[in-house]
Amino acid sequence: MLWGSNARETHPIFFHHLLKGKQAGARLFAIDPRRTSSVAWADVWLGLEVGSDVALANAIGREIIAAGLCNMAFVQRATSGFEAYKAAVEEYTLTRGEELTGVKAEVIRDLAHSYARADRAQICWTLGITEHHNAVDNVFSIINLSLLTGHVGRFGSGLVPLRGQNNVQGGGDMGAIPNKFVGGQDVEDPELRALFEREYGATIPDKRGWHLSQMFDGMEAGTLRAVYVLGENPMQSEADAKRTRRLLEGLEHLVVQDIFLTKTAEVADVVLPAAASWCESEGTVTSSERRVQRVRKALDPPGQAKDDIEILTALAHRLGTDWGAPTAHDVWEEVRRLSPWHGGMSYARLEALNGLQWPCPTDEHPGSPTLHTRLWSEPIEGPRASFQVVHHSPPVDQLSEEFPLRLTTGRRLDSYNTGVQTGGYTSPLRHGERIELSPEDAARLQVVNDEVVRVVSRRGAVTAPVKIDTGLRPGLTFMTLHFPDEVETNILTIDAVDPKSGTAEFKATAIRVEKLNVPEPVGAGGGVH
Amino acid sequence: MEAVPLPFVRTVELTIDGQAVRVPEGTTLLHACQAMGIDTPTVCYSENLTPVNVCRVCVVEVEGSRVLVPSCSRPAEPGMVVHTDSDRVRHSRRLVLELLGSSVDLSTAEPKMLADMERYGAVPERFDTGEMTGHGAKATVQQPVKVDNNLYVRDYSKCVLCYKCVEACGTDAQNTFAIAVAGRGFNATIATEFETPLPDSACVYCGNCIGVCPTGALMFKTEHDMREAGTWNESAQKVTDTICPYCGVGCTLQLHVQDNSIVRVTSPHDHDVTEGHLCIKGRFGWQFVQNRP
Repeated sequence: MLWGSNARETHPIFFHHLLKGKQAGARLFAIDPRRTSSVAWADVWLGLEVGSDVALANAIGREIIAAGLCNMAFVQRATSGFEAYKAAVEEYTLTRGEELTGVKAEVIRDLAHSYARADRAQICWTLGITEHHNAVDNVFSIINLSLLTGHVGRFGSGLVPLRGQNNVQGGGDMGAIPNKFVGGQDVEDPELRALFEREYGATIPDKRGWHLSQMFDGMEAGTLRAVYVLGENPMQSEADAKRTRRLLEGLEHLVVQDIFLTKTAEVADVVLPAAASWCESEGTVTSSERRVQRVRKALDPPGQAKDDIEILTALAHRLGTDWGAPTAHDVWEEVRRLSPWHGGMSYARLEALNGLQWPCPTDEHPGSPTLHTRLWSEPIEGPRASFQVVHHSPPVDQLSEEFPLRLTTGRRLDSYNTGVQTGGYTSPLRHGERIELSPEDAARLQVVNDEVVRVVSRRGAVTAPVKIDTGLRPGLTFMTLHFPDEVETNILTIDAVDPKSGTAEFKATAIRVEKLNVPEPVGAGGGVH
Repeated sequence: MEAVPLPFVRTVELTIDGQAVRVPEGTTLLHACQAMGIDTPTVCYSENLTPVNVCRVCVVEVEGSRVLVPSCSRPAEPGMVVHTDSDRVRHSRRLVLELLGSSVDLSTAEPKMLADMERYGAVPERFDTGEMTGHGAKATVQQPVKVDNNLYVRDYSKCVLCYKCVEACGTDAQNTFAIAVAGRGFNATIATEFETPLPDSACVYCGNCIGVCPTGALMFKTEHDMREAGTWNESAQKVTDTICPYCGVGCTLQLHVQDNSIVRVTSPHDHDVTEGHLCIKGRFGWQFVQNRP
């Protein structure tokens, strides 16, 4: 199952492996509101309404239970909360599922039966699941399905969140997350905190920090007045760009450490030019499959740009702490000392084995291609995996007569996020930012390809050329965030955030499209970033 | 960790160059030779592609077989007696390399291919006298370099029709099917649909065709331009392995760097994440680190 992911364009090399599986006889179900280039490879497409993922998952779960296809042996030995889950999904009949998701009942049934009956099955997802106000609920609803069927913790079966950035996994693993130390260790656990306090010779706050959305709320409330941004461009990447700009500009002190003078850096009080971590410095990154791999220095950074470690240690020095002059390898040895996940990952092993997948606690450990195998051990190791009761909750930005169209966002093959990196090369596939409309909506609005229109949401308006896409159903529109200097899509998006993950609902904005009475269609639209 | 029993593998015994050898069932003769340290020349074979048997450079002699067999795709059979360096094999390899070399420009071919030509004493000029046409056989395929985009160029006067690019663009990796062999005989060429320029074709610029091309017929535009300007200097290049800065798949990039600039990007064929294949961002999306003032 490929759920809320256009991996053909966003994870192309993963998709090579997926196609090999298909050549070997696997079936692919694609769940996406848009008929994307990934969907083109699917055996079955479930073109659900934006934001109806929980309803679909619950309908699948209910059908699996009702048809007696539940893996009760696994449910009883390895899970908890099944009865509550069963009662909660009872209302999500196939008929109700069809009403809420727009996917035909028999198609939901086919998916439920195929998934439950398969020897091995995986659910892969991306931001189509997580960029919603109920992101964590969406993920829980998917995990529930794997628990119902036992499609977890076994080779070939599992839950696969496809990471969107080369080190988003590693960043979290290294403790760049408000509630964790390196190795996923909880900062609110006194014993673990004591371990880190001994290592660092310093007192560590006993409460977790704020995630990104809470930081912006803190700026709003005036409790957060100084911000240090490393390698992020929130001025252009955050939802509701007008609010973001107001809050960043209102800070007493803003430091930006980046390889470019980004839009965020332009309003900073101090800019620290950094080296590009993937080719101008040494270190490691961790991929989607928890594989830690080495990055190496191939180029000298330009001008005064310095390695991140050098900048941070120099900063610590000026703040009165001497961290010496550690190399990336020294820092990695500290990680290995403190994180049981990484203990067995010496640089030498990482190099010899093309990386290792955590957990890898000792030098003899081969790494762990499959996670959660403990659920199958006899008896089960550790706590049972619990079902989570979650319910359908439609997007916050509701459609209305005034804003009748649903705007969803995503990436295109040749570009990436706010274009800071991909803007550096010219791609023959690139046509600048455009608002993609269904042929029906384009006809109703009397607009044609490349015609510039005004796109209005409850928060703001932008102008963009039109592209008619037959992969969109009436009422659904699509834009990217790749060309914010030309079309600032995030003027439109809503910062309704998931309370647990802090992720904004980039995937569901209510808009209207207005025809501008420009006499001639404007040329190639936007040009190259 | 629970112990996982290794699957039972049947083996076959055969004789290669007078030496008995035992290999797992299904092993090709090429891999059996490689395991014994026998250097076998190949052109159309690549470890990350399905063998297509078009170049016939890797042929070996199997006793009892009427014709020479392509080692890249012929599985080892029990009791086979194989000769990899008989007169017949050497003669055939030499002739095939001569014929391949006679009609194309091999000036940018992989060093291994050129070394194999020397090893077998191949003299392509034997078939390139120009007597029949008055302007040399190479003229049959000589054509201008196709430069129709900023990322890579196609110079089909260097193409030996090994099909590797077609395979990489097709079911072996990218599944985009932007190119195929068009025409027959001397008119056979690798082409896009109706020979449209790349920007009008299905091409998605993953560059996986360049990654497998053995002759430099497909080349990064950076390399092409530097060669034209006379600044391409492979001996001054350093190759560094790192990880792609984009999505979370974790593809290994081999950055070929000359004078503190990336000039070409490849990926190791034996890495189980990429198998040598990349996407447009990994292959070409690095320019941002060197758009220096």
